[in-house]
Amino acid sequence: MQHARTENASTVQSIVERWREEEGPLLPILNGIQQELGYVPRESVPVIAEALNLSRAEVYGVVSFYHDYREKPAGRHVLKVCRAEACQSVGGDAVAERLEQLLGIRFHETSADGAVTLEPVYCLGLCACAPSAMLDGEVIGRIDDEKAVDIARRARA
Amino acid sequence: MTVKVYVPRDSGALALGAEQVAGALRTEAKTRGLDVEIVRNGSRGLYWLEPMVEVETAQGRIAYGPVAPGDIPALLDAGMLEGRTHALALGKPEELPFLVRQTRLTFARCGIVDPVSIEDYERHGGLRGLRNALEKSPAAIIEEVMESGLRGRGGAGFPTGIKWKTVHDAQGPRKYIVCNADEGDSGTFADRMIMEGDPFVLIEGMAIAGIATGATKGYIYLRSEYPHAAAVLNEAIAVARAAGVLGKSVLSSAFAFDMEVRVGAGAYVCGEETALLDSLEGKRGQVRAKPPLPAHQGLFGKPTVINNVISLASVPIILDKGGAYYRDFGMGRSRGTIPIQIAGNVKHGGLFEAAFGMTLGEIVDEIGGGTATGRPVRAVQVGGPLGAYFPRSLFDTPFDYEAFAAKDGLIGHAGIVVFDDTVDMLKQARFAMEFCAVESCGKCTPCRIGSTRGMEVLDRLKAGIAPETQIETVTDLCNTMKFGSLCALGGFTPYPVMSALTHFPEDFRPVPAREAAE
Repeated sequence: MQHARTENASTVQSIVERWREEEGPLLPILNGIQQELGYVPRESVPVIAEALNLSRAEVYGVVSFYHDYREKPAGRHVLKVCRAEACQSVGGDAVAERLEQLLGIRFHETSADGAVTLEPVYCLGLCACAPSAMLDGEVIGRIDDEKAVDIARRARA
Repeated sequence: MTVKVYVPRDSGALALGAEQVAGALRTEAKTRGLDVEIVRNGSRGLYWLEPMVEVETAQGRIAYGPVAPGDIPALLDAGMLEGRTHALALGKPEELPFLVRQTRLTFARCGIVDPVSIEDYERHGGLRGLRNALEKSPAAIIEEVMESGLRGRGGAGFPTGIKWKTVHDAQGPRKYIVCNADEGDSGTFADRMIMEGDPFVLIEGMAIAGIATGATKGYIYLRSEYPHAAAVLNEAIAVARAAGVLGKSVLSSAFAFDMEVRVGAGAYVCGEETALLDSLEGKRGQVRAKPPLPAHQGLFGKPTVINNVISLASVPIILDKGGAYYRDFGMGRSRGTIPIQIAGNVKHGGLFEAAFGMTLGEIVDEIGGGTATGRPVRAVQVGGPLGAYFPRSLFDTPFDYEAFAAKDGLIGHAGIVVFDDTVDMLKQARFAMEFCAVESCGKCTPCRIGSTRGMEVLDRLKAGIAPETQIETVTDLCNTMKFGSLCALGGFTPYPVMSALTHFPEDFRPVPAREAAE
């Protein structure tokens, strides 16, 4: 645990160093941390605040504003399912419910075994091949029951 | 002889298996000892045919689609590499009726070229606009854009030339070009397609904007939901820099211009220009009050051009062929072409670029071919989650900024989402309020709190509790949101809600009455 924390700290430090002299560095830093660690650890907030000469409240305010940033690690897989209108028009709500049922979790939850986190997303730009989802960055369109079962199988792995 | 085969890398095509198709083709070609070069192009925008594979033959390109990975051996057996026929053969793509009916100005190269080859870009007419711009004075470039009649394609429809002139005239030690690539509206994907399919046209448009206004730095603010677009853009920017299109001396001129991609973090409201600027600065993406205009005090307080992807990507053709050429397409005050995105429950979904003026009915019924489910079209939402729902009785409305406004709707970013007769319009109205509640930046009370109260009121209506009172309350609430919010999120959420209520009142009748009627 202690080892992991030290490792996280050095990752955060190097990302901060990479961006601190650039214009508007806070989002690139947070995006970098989230990408590397899968979440933005609470301990990184004072480090970022100090480097960018901001208050911790300002940094935390930004972290809490954006939907992407997590304060806890996600599951090994992240499944984002589109809940917006174009997907709704072709049965997106039913697909979303089916995925909840197949994974045994609700939206914004992580399965107990840490396999998968299920998140809503409002539009992946795949509106002409809806319903759509993104599993760990892989885009999937025209989801029917067969594809939903396959997505759930891969997400639980 | 090497045969060129095009397999799109567009997200839509990837979502339908294009990567697996490319993989199967590579493997099969190797096994059979065939000399095949796979080019990963963008999409032509015919999504019911994706993944659409194209083969370069002596007679031109021949298309096949929709291709599944398992189809590859049979396609090769049938002589796909010589353009021979097969059940999936579509003939020459440019002769497909969906493409023949279009006027592709902004999307002229999309789906045709290799998106990261600057040579391919130039071969297909790229960089001519930028070269022309370098021969002109900044004022003359702006004059050309003014003459074209180009209006902001992000949704607001503000004349692009006026924005540029304001920034040109503003004094500042540093100015910026910011491209709004936070395409969050459901039913829209034109920005994504052009960024993935022809990124150089956006880069060229931004460079022209920089030269015209005196800005030397550009940012593309891209939503995080578009990782594939980010990859293509970053690759294309590096290529453009190496080719001398970007850098200290743009095409060996006295002008410097460079740019970078900045990725957002999942906040719909950052598509609003001032919230986007705050987000780029590293703040919470909250809307700013105007004035000051971004053109005077924009990014980091400096004069800033902030334009949508399609607005900027339409500039190269204007500078290539002249403002008058572009202006001569369209109707009324809506000049040029608009990339219409046909989406949702529709048979032929995709990108349809056309001059302004087609009717909504032509687009949905003729071009789109009706619903994918085969049921009657009941409603279409035009302009994203903040756009109005239109019933069939308004299908004679021409696609034009003013004509849509006159029918209490908006074109927005020109996305059309089609719904069949199973749609519950009360549910759609409630979703509009819910979406606003989820995405509100929290600055204006009517948006932050009104959206949640709106959900509650519509829930009571659904439960059949004092329906007339609920309808009165939601109407009053929409009025407050419309006039009491700084930006379009709170201000336009009433469009879907009130259009659903006005055009589909039968869905808002309390449950017992509805059952009794059935």
